[in-house]
Amino acid sequence: MEDVLEIKDLVAEIDGKKILDGVNLIIKKGEIHAIMGPNGSGKSTLARIIMGDFRYKIKSGDITLNGKSIKELPPEERSKLGIFMSFQQPIEVSGLKLFTYLKTIYSIHNNQNISFQDFIKYIQEKANNLKIDSSMLSRNLNEGFSGGERKKIEILQMLLIKPKFSIIDEIDSGLDVDSLELVAKSINDIYKNESIGIILITHYMRILKYVKPSYVHVLMDGKIVKSGDYSLALEIEEKGYEWIREKMN
Amino acid sequence: MDKGKDELKFDNLGKENYNFVTKAKYPHVFEPGLSREVVEEISEIKKEPEWMKRLRLKSYEIFISKPMPNWGPPLDIDFDKIRYYVLPDEIKARKWEELPEEIRKTYEILGVPEAERKYLSGTVAVLDSEGVYYNIKKNLEEKGVIMMDMDSALKKYPDIIKQYFMQLVPPSDNKFAALNGAVWSGGTFIYVPENVKIDLPLMAYFRMNMVSEGQFEHTIIIAEKNSYVSYIEGCTAPIYNENSLHSAVVEVYVKEGAHVKFTTVQNWSKDIYNLNTERAKVEKNGRIEWVGGSLGSKVTMLYPSSYLVGENASSSNLNISFASDGTWKDNGAKVLHLAPNTSSKIISKSISMKGGVSVYRGLVRVNKGAVNSKSHTQCDTLILDDQSTNYTFPHNEVLENSATVTHEASAGKIGEEQLFYLMSRGLSEDESRALIVLGFLDDVMKEIPLEFSIELNRLIRVKLKELGGTG
Repeated sequence: MEDVLEIKDLVAEIDGKKILDGVNLIIKKGEIHAIMGPNGSGKSTLARIIMGDFRYKIKSGDITLNGKSIKELPPEERSKLGIFMSFQQPIEVSGLKLFTYLKTIYSIHNNQNISFQDFIKYIQEKANNLKIDSSMLSRNLNEGFSGGERKKIEILQMLLIKPKFSIIDEIDSGLDVDSLELVAKSINDIYKNESIGIILITHYMRILKYVKPSYVHVLMDGKIVKSGDYSLALEIEEKGYEWIREKMN
Repeated sequence: MDKGKDELKFDNLGKENYNFVTKAKYPHVFEPGLSREVVEEISEIKKEPEWMKRLRLKSYEIFISKPMPNWGPPLDIDFDKIRYYVLPDEIKARKWEELPEEIRKTYEILGVPEAERKYLSGTVAVLDSEGVYYNIKKNLEEKGVIMMDMDSALKKYPDIIKQYFMQLVPPSDNKFAALNGAVWSGGTFIYVPENVKIDLPLMAYFRMNMVSEGQFEHTIIIAEKNSYVSYIEGCTAPIYNENSLHSAVVEVYVKEGAHVKFTTVQNWSKDIYNLNTERAKVEKNGRIEWVGGSLGSKVTMLYPSSYLVGENASSSNLNISFASDGTWKDNGAKVLHLAPNTSSKIISKSISMKGGVSVYRGLVRVNKGAVNSKSHTQCDTLILDDQSTNYTFPHNEVLENSATVTHEASAGKIGEEQLFYLMSRGLSEDESRALIVLGFLDDVMKEIPLEFSIELNRLIRVKLKELGGTG
């Protein structure tokens, strides 16, 4: 069966404040969708709610994976079902060695324990592709890492988890051009090789030049107000968001 | 890279269980209650020399006359509801096979014989009030090393014991030291002759098995000139829902150039008051290291203290303490710099969760004349939820101008964003908390003997699992 992630009439709030106001979206395996929108439109909230951030309350609607509701599942269950989210601002954990952490999540998602030596080989190759210095592996998770390094570590985690659906939230912030190209190459590779579904969340056009979406949606005030193909993204780059709002009114 | 930690798996969680009762013979079990007669009877059962009996009675008088401490955690102890002497069996085994089967099985479940085979130089096992087993490697015995339970030592070496017993912690020191002086039983005696360095640790395993019991072990370590010994204590008990009391006195004599490492990992059940007085006297060029893992008990009061009496003497305190619901951990350290060029380091790592209270209480005193002495205290706390509390009370008294006394503290809280992040990568909430807690402890894990850091690591995971679920 083809994997389908579906968001149906999703209404969600935090601290009594409505953030999503009826979002509908269907993403299938092998598709790349971009969700664009001005700041504060609810893009990151949507990503977090799909991943299971327990601080948001779903008031109505549903999130389903292959027809089964996942909206009551804790984040780790969603992760094990194949949903991944790359954080806009990855957190740090003091004292937790990156290597140990990566090996732990590798074991969880690949259902096997890998030897220390084999994992070093495995992870070093993946890290090299992203130009992550292997000395970083013996440092603590994200502690003292630059914004760009943190983003690369997010993508590295995606590569070892091999999700069915990957939600990539504002990956280009903090990345210089060279790093952006490397990250984009990794995303394109996993997309081609594993045919995963991808949701790119972004304010700007920049990342979309490297990872080309077939579908582009505009989220405003908690609703998808416009959908189109790649040309919509180009139009937004040229004209910004206000024309869409004006059209709505 | 950190291989040791990496090898730990999640699937052993919760398998360990210290909550079982051993069916021993119990030829002597005192009814609850304390009196002069109880103190005399303990001494008579043990057929002690007259001086010890007099010391017990004097201690008893001091205990009666001293009020309860007016500081620290709430101590709701009914001294009339404690059994002051509980003898599980009259045996003093030298081989595990000599123990009655029930008792031997107990130690096998606790993993003591296996630990002894793998990485210890000697072992003492104290069950309730008495040592039931002791053994030390033959080559060490030949070098003159002594390790046995304190009662056996008093019989075999009464003169040495008389010379050191309660010289460092006199009965007048505090109410619980006085209580220990009155009703002490069990404990470890270690003597390391000059220039003898013991490579593998010696270990004592303390277990309380009886309901409403008091365990009053008294431990003495004498490390002669230029000797080295690492001593490890482990403590467990089953859960009874009746208060029990463990009140130990430890006296460590570190002679010139000697080095003693004293490690305690206590995982007492949650109905035990754990109130101890531990002290070391460190002579010229000597060193004491206190390492503590405080995982269990209802209330713990423990401030291992170091009297640095000789030039260049040094001390180190490292304590990791875990306070969960219904528990109060009052841990700390006391260092007296009494000679020139002495140095001390105190590291306290405390974790509070589910309404637990953890306290660091410390005293560093540098006397006039202890020139160029140095002391550094580091207190790190991690609070796992909104119900839990931590207090830090460092106290410095510096009377010497050339001394350097520093203190740093950090306080952190596990954030929801940290948990969400880790859980979004497929880790359960318990596993996520465990990784954050172990990360918090990472910089001190290296200082703990390897086999023990693995044990501590495991215990912390078990603890988090027990307390787990929704935070």
